[in-house]
Amino acid sequence: MAAPRIIVVGGGLAGLAAVIKIAEAGGSVDLFSIVPVKRSHSVCAQGGINAAKNLKGEGDTTYKHFDDTVYGGDFLANQTPVKAMCEAAPGIIDLLDRMGVPFNRTPEGLLDFRRFGGTLYNRTAFAGATTGQQLLYALDEQVRRHESEGKVRKYEGWEFLSAIIDSTGHARGITAMDLRTMEVRAFPADAIIVATGGIGAIFGKSTNSVVCTGSAQSALFQQGAYYANGEFIQVHPTTMPGEDKLRLMSESARGEGGRVWVPRTPGDKRPAQQIPESERFYFLEEWYPKYGNLVPRDIATRAIHKVVYQDGLGIDGQPMVYLDVSHIDRAILDRKLEGILEIYEKFVGDDPREVPMKIFPGMHYTMGGLWVDFNQMTNIPGIFAAGECNYQYHGANRLGANSLMSCIFDGFVSGPNSLEYAKSLPPVQGDGGAAAELARQTELNNKLLKSKGTENPFKLWRELGELMTRHATVIRYNKGLKEADEKIVDLMERFKNVNLSDKSQWANTSFAFARQLQNMLELSRVVVQGALLRDESRGAHYKPDFPERNDEKFLKTTKASFTGDIAGPRFEYEDVDLQFIKPRPRRYDAAK
Amino acid sequence: MATKKVQLEIKRQASPDAPAVWEKFEIEWRPGLNVTSALMDIAANPVTADGHATTPVTYDSNCLEEICGSCAMRINGKARMACSSLVDNLEQPIRIEPLSKFPLVRDLQVDRSVLFENLKAVKAWVPIDGTYDLGSGPRLFPQQQEVNYPLSNCISCTCCMEVCPQFNEKTGFVGAATIAQVKLFNNHPTGKVLKEERLRALAGDGGVQECGFAQNCVEVCPKQIPLTNAISDVSRDVLAQKVKDLLRS
Repeated sequence: MAAPRIIVVGGGLAGLAAVIKIAEAGGSVDLFSIVPVKRSHSVCAQGGINAAKNLKGEGDTTYKHFDDTVYGGDFLANQTPVKAMCEAAPGIIDLLDRMGVPFNRTPEGLLDFRRFGGTLYNRTAFAGATTGQQLLYALDEQVRRHESEGKVRKYEGWEFLSAIIDSTGHARGITAMDLRTMEVRAFPADAIIVATGGIGAIFGKSTNSVVCTGSAQSALFQQGAYYANGEFIQVHPTTMPGEDKLRLMSESARGEGGRVWVPRTPGDKRPAQQIPESERFYFLEEWYPKYGNLVPRDIATRAIHKVVYQDGLGIDGQPMVYLDVSHIDRAILDRKLEGILEIYEKFVGDDPREVPMKIFPGMHYTMGGLWVDFNQMTNIPGIFAAGECNYQYHGANRLGANSLMSCIFDGFVSGPNSLEYAKSLPPVQGDGGAAAELARQTELNNKLLKSKGTENPFKLWRELGELMTRHATVIRYNKGLKEADEKIVDLMERFKNVNLSDKSQWANTSFAFARQLQNMLELSRVVVQGALLRDESRGAHYKPDFPERNDEKFLKTTKASFTGDIAGPRFEYEDVDLQFIKPRPRRYDAAK
Repeated sequence: MATKKVQLEIKRQASPDAPAVWEKFEIEWRPGLNVTSALMDIAANPVTADGHATTPVTYDSNCLEEICGSCAMRINGKARMACSSLVDNLEQPIRIEPLSKFPLVRDLQVDRSVLFENLKAVKAWVPIDGTYDLGSGPRLFPQQQEVNYPLSNCISCTCCMEVCPQFNEKTGFVGAATIAQVKLFNNHPTGKVLKEERLRALAGDGGVQECGFAQNCVEVCPKQIPLTNAISDVSRDVLAQKVKDLLRS
């Protein structure tokens, strides 16, 4: 029998990790990515990657990492996969080190670790403040090596459109579009790993990259895949608001001693440096003495919202607070945080070594994603999902520096599992449905190209982003969520009247974007309606009208499925795997 | 109150063999505006300054925070990243063109895959035995990490190649970015097992001797990578390798 043929969609950390495992095991891989894989969004991760290596004499263990992760996620994550990830983490750090990741070092030449949010241990390995970039490059280099040996074929500049599913419900390949020639082709495969990252674009501006639209996840959802816990959206406490995106200011700034504060006097006009210590309100340190500035992200984000919107203490009356590293030694800042301080300097113009940074929370990450079983397979046989695009590890809130680990671990699990699956797959009948799927996609494209409407897709997208940010981020009210859902339906209606402004068949970006937007609209309803139905507060999902966690009713995984009906998705709920750690109240103002 | 405007002139080309034309645009000024935001504004309202309907501009971009390396283009004659080019720091009209040394795809989008091919040719990777658990990596002192880390910051934007007078079809020069990666991997305790192969790959035509020391690369690099240092170090090693190979034969 020929070696199984696997398609990996997405060339960030999860996708590349899967590719490496498959190539190493003798499988043949086709790797699809919208951008050259070295430019994938994983490159933006800054602060570090968690593993309980216990190199600081603190008595850290993988079980403590497991407990912090489950507690940080407000008990919504299935515990079996989280435990497996935390146990694998130290070995993965060693492997990355062997691949040449330039991790920061201790004077003795060992890996250095720093603290991150939601833990009291120094558990985060880091390469300056560009850890994601360095990890992505290390995996990219290994994939390039396999590519040069003929084990991997890259399709860079191709966008996934849909899965090819045969009459027995098994995935048999994908359709994808060449973003230069706009040609749509069917690619056969025995199994598919989707590793297409985040969904930031449905919020308009976020910390995500341009390609993080969630389009692939949404397409699969519309083909019958469950989408789980869609309502859990992480808003990062410290970002720099910009015209085109919200730029991340890493949690590592606080891990290295950065402090968040506002002037005690509302509307204080003095420059930050002239405000004496006694007139500064270090609200995270006062409210959360145990964890201080390193409370988990959902807690820090809500605290900043409170101090700005309820207490009226935003800097100069604006929605901004200070993130201050100016008291830290310059040499340390340059050695450990240079990358992020440079970003601030370049885009804002001030030197954070001298002047406190002005920051505000921004949409950052989705804890929800494609539903997968403990083998990382979706409910469509033969389609696996890895990395941010699935829902597996982070429950109701992700801890900082856990995502890089979950991406790589996911790739390492789904790669071999896809091979295992493919080996016992019955042979395909006929073309496995390829021609029919190709025809469906071509039809969709023709319809879009012929559309003679008046709606600009980029304008529709801006409206969607504003709507989602207003109603479905930090604070959620049922009234607002209902309104958002109705308006999304309006946008879907207006989308039918879209005008591409560009009808050409060569590197047509508005065409590709319009296809993504259609999928974004569908996915937005999963987020909004999931939030509407969950009448409790848990992790990042916060409703002032239902301020408590309600385990009896909602300690459950949300599973949305596509109906094609105007009413939107259908929702069902599944029990969470709680076999190791019993749920307990989640509090960060005292030791847990 | 009249709103402040930003004037842009963008070189458009519908396909590699279509004629190039310049189009003028006028967009609304906002604080903190960068060139990628301006291009997004045009996409949302694809109309030229004199009121003609046109197409959204095709260009590469992804992270918008100068770490993915996608959005390199020529802005007011200078090769740079569009995301970190703030409108307030640029003279107007802002003239935007594609990089000139790479095959054009459309408008501001070019094909820079030559860099990734070059990285293959010099085996820019650490040849590990496998991804199974083999225990911790080699010990490395912070001083060594501090030399390697800046080299590892290269975002593959190709600005250094765009501005290099020697980077052209005639010389086939690999360019500074690739040479810096050779230094990085030759420095690594395991990576250096391929050192001789890498140096030989840079010994022939298009190799390190094509460098004319114009030093444009190090000036334009958005990540301030010590490129000329890397070129000097690798040149010296290539020369030593040549002598060694000569004596051996």
